[in-house]
Amino acid sequence: MSAGTPRSLPSSGQKPIQDICHPLSAEECALSRSPDVLNPCSAGERDLILPNGTPVDTSSPASSSSLLNRLQLDDDLDGETRDLFVTVDDPKKHVSTMETYITYRVCTKTTRTEFDLPEYSVRRRYQDFDWLRNKLEESQPTHLIPPLPEKFVMKGVVDRFSEEFVETRRKALDKFLKRVADHPVLSFNEHFNAFLSAKDLNKRQGLALLTKMGESVKYVTGGYKLRARPVEFAAMGDYLDVFTQKLGTIDRIAQRIIKEQSEFLMELREYGPVYSSWSSFEEDLHDPLEGVSGCVSNCSSALEELTEDMSEDFLPVLREYVLYIESMKNVLKKRDQVQAEYETKLEAVVFREDKKTLVPSDVEKCQDRVECFNADLKADWDRWQNNKRQDFRQLLTGMADKNIQYYEKCLAAWESLIPLLQDKQDAKGETN
Amino acid sequence: GQFLGGLGFVMVEKGTSLLKMMEISVAEAEKRTGKNAVNMQETYTVYLIETRPVDAASEGTNPVPDSLWRRYSEFELLRNYLLVTYPFSVVPPLPEKRAEFVWHKLSADNMDPDFVERRRVGLENFLLRVASHPDLSSDKIFYSFLTEENGWKETVFETGFQAKADSRLKALNATFRVKNPDKRFAEMKHYGDELQSVISQLLRVRARAADRLYGVYKVHGNYGRVFSEWSAIEKEMGDGLQSAGHHMDAYAASVDDILEEEEHYADQLKEYLFYADALRAVCRKHELTQYELEMAAQDLTSKKQQREELATGTIRTFSLKGMTSKLFGQETPEQREAKLKMLETQIEEGEELVKERNAECEEFVKSAWVDIERFKEQKDHDLREALISYAIMQISMCKKGIQVWNNAKECFSKM
Repeated sequence: MSAGTPRSLPSSGQKPIQDICHPLSAEECALSRSPDVLNPCSAGERDLILPNGTPVDTSSPASSSSLLNRLQLDDDLDGETRDLFVTVDDPKKHVSTMETYITYRVCTKTTRTEFDLPEYSVRRRYQDFDWLRNKLEESQPTHLIPPLPEKFVMKGVVDRFSEEFVETRRKALDKFLKRVADHPVLSFNEHFNAFLSAKDLNKRQGLALLTKMGESVKYVTGGYKLRARPVEFAAMGDYLDVFTQKLGTIDRIAQRIIKEQSEFLMELREYGPVYSSWSSFEEDLHDPLEGVSGCVSNCSSALEELTEDMSEDFLPVLREYVLYIESMKNVLKKRDQVQAEYETKLEAVVFREDKKTLVPSDVEKCQDRVECFNADLKADWDRWQNNKRQDFRQLLTGMADKNIQYYEKCLAAWESLIPLLQDKQDAKGETN
Repeated sequence: GQFLGGLGFVMVEKGTSLLKMMEISVAEAEKRTGKNAVNMQETYTVYLIETRPVDAASEGTNPVPDSLWRRYSEFELLRNYLLVTYPFSVVPPLPEKRAEFVWHKLSADNMDPDFVERRRVGLENFLLRVASHPDLSSDKIFYSFLTEENGWKETVFETGFQAKADSRLKALNATFRVKNPDKRFAEMKHYGDELQSVISQLLRVRARAADRLYGVYKVHGNYGRVFSEWSAIEKEMGDGLQSAGHHMDAYAASVDDILEEEEHYADQLKEYLFYADALRAVCRKHELTQYELEMAAQDLTSKKQQREELATGTIRTFSLKGMTSKLFGQETPEQREAKLKMLETQIEEGEELVKERNAECEEFVKSAWVDIERFKEQKDHDLREALISYAIMQISMCKKGIQVWNNAKECFSKM
């Protein structure tokens, strides 16, 4: 990351961020404008750093990231303001004496000044993505981190090096990076930057391992009991519970359909050839019977394609969302913990010093954390709901499309057969 | 023409079909209960046969059709009579006695209303086939089957066809080898074997495929339920999901009609499965006829040889009589004279028999081959039609599928 001369935020308009009140905390903004106000919301001990390199010095206790979120939600529709593009492609197999693994090419195009170059092309393996996700979770615990495809695959059940598996994984990894790149806070994360640009990620990983312990301690605030979960967060939790259930049901249904279709396919593969063997001892009926056999064969191929598509494109996305929800529930739990800690500490202070006007900094810090967390989470939630809607619209429309294509292929096959079947008849009619 | 006195005035020229004179249908089916042969209560189904002269409708009078009720077993009796009486004809088959090649949703129960309905159609088809056959349609017993409710059974038995039936059954089951098989008939029999085998296989696999297809469609119905449940927790997505769910339900429900139509195709195939059997029966009968001719000819040859030996005193063929006479002494000239005379008579009779059988064989071959050719043309035409209607069924199914998924897609896009 380069610290250039401070420039105004690209999408924040004319005013610098310090002067803009957070929409979620208008009242507090008016109250606490004094320079004595504590550090702004921070992720752990680290200060929030603006894209232009300057630390945030805002009077608002709420996170500026949610402001950025709000301003940038519109950008989803307007691709022109996007300044970071990431793709995952070109899987390659690497064979060494120790192990065999796949790497993917990660291409980046950007105009952001945090990056030294406008373009990058690096190779990463799944491990590296996993590392990145862990770093993001640790360093941005108040945010919803997109999920990765499943790490472990049962050997013998799934071929880790088959084209289909690798392609499914590539798509998921691509989606993961795109979601991070589109996130107004996560995309500026230094680990993300390193992931995209560093030639050799290993050194980073080594360093990261050392600091990992220190960081994770910050947010593992266990043992505090939560009084009352705010309604909106309770609603989120409930929604996620039901949604997970429904997704699970849909997954099971889709799997069952695939199974039934596969078994139907098996029968079709036996059915078609019977017409062929029949045609071999018929004269007049030879061509019609062969025609039917060919037709059934075409339908079989179309069905096979449909089943494969559903396996490769539909199911993985469903499962991804289940993972997404799991990590979201964890974030909600963390939020609960942060709130619980604050409430407990606040209670302790209240009972100890009832007449003092200044609350100890420790409690104030907790309060900040709660409010930051809540704001980040709310903004991310809205963003997530929006993305979810788009993703599922796309997913289900895709499913409908695939089925339509299947039927269209079959229709074409049978329609082209009709003239063949009627052919001899007309000829016979003429000669009679 | 034939004047069927006492039963009505119907002129049916041999070679023309009864169907040109008369409308025939199996209009209804009903359940009956009664006492059977061993005096036990039984439930059975009867079918209503309606007949009406063809010109009645064109005259504008449109009278009430004549009708009578018949059981499946009476149809069987009629067919057995035809089989015996017209051994050179490929006799149309009856619909199956028991439901076979069923897939799980289809009942194998004879009393099941769907089965009864399909049987009704099959029986009507049988009557129409017989009524349009150049030889069978002019049969008196067939005519009285259609028009005379009471006493028909007795009439059939009076023809004495059962005696012939027994010997025919024996013949069809016996194994014998024909020395000079007629190539055409051997080929036809082989064709019948292959046709039977391939249609059986086809029906078996089709039934399994139908089962699977049913599963595929029905599971989609579960989407309907889960989309509905899911829509309850969604705001903007709710409506789209809910309506898409309804289309999934419609998709799942559509398979019932699809498979019912396909069952009709299966019935068409089944008819020819059983027709293959009828074809093989004709070929078998020809073999028997040929065999009997060969036996008669063989017998004649051996008798002639015996005569020669007796006349010349040389023993060319081994015979026990010959050996015993050797052991126990030669015969007297008088005995030899008597034997020769007997042989002469036998040879005369034998020659007559061979002539007879030869004529029989030729007659059979001629008639049978005519009907086989007729059958071949009918089969080619019918099966081609069946394949066309099958293709049309598939097209309809595809179009329905496209429509439903397009509807669902529209709902999804509004999510």
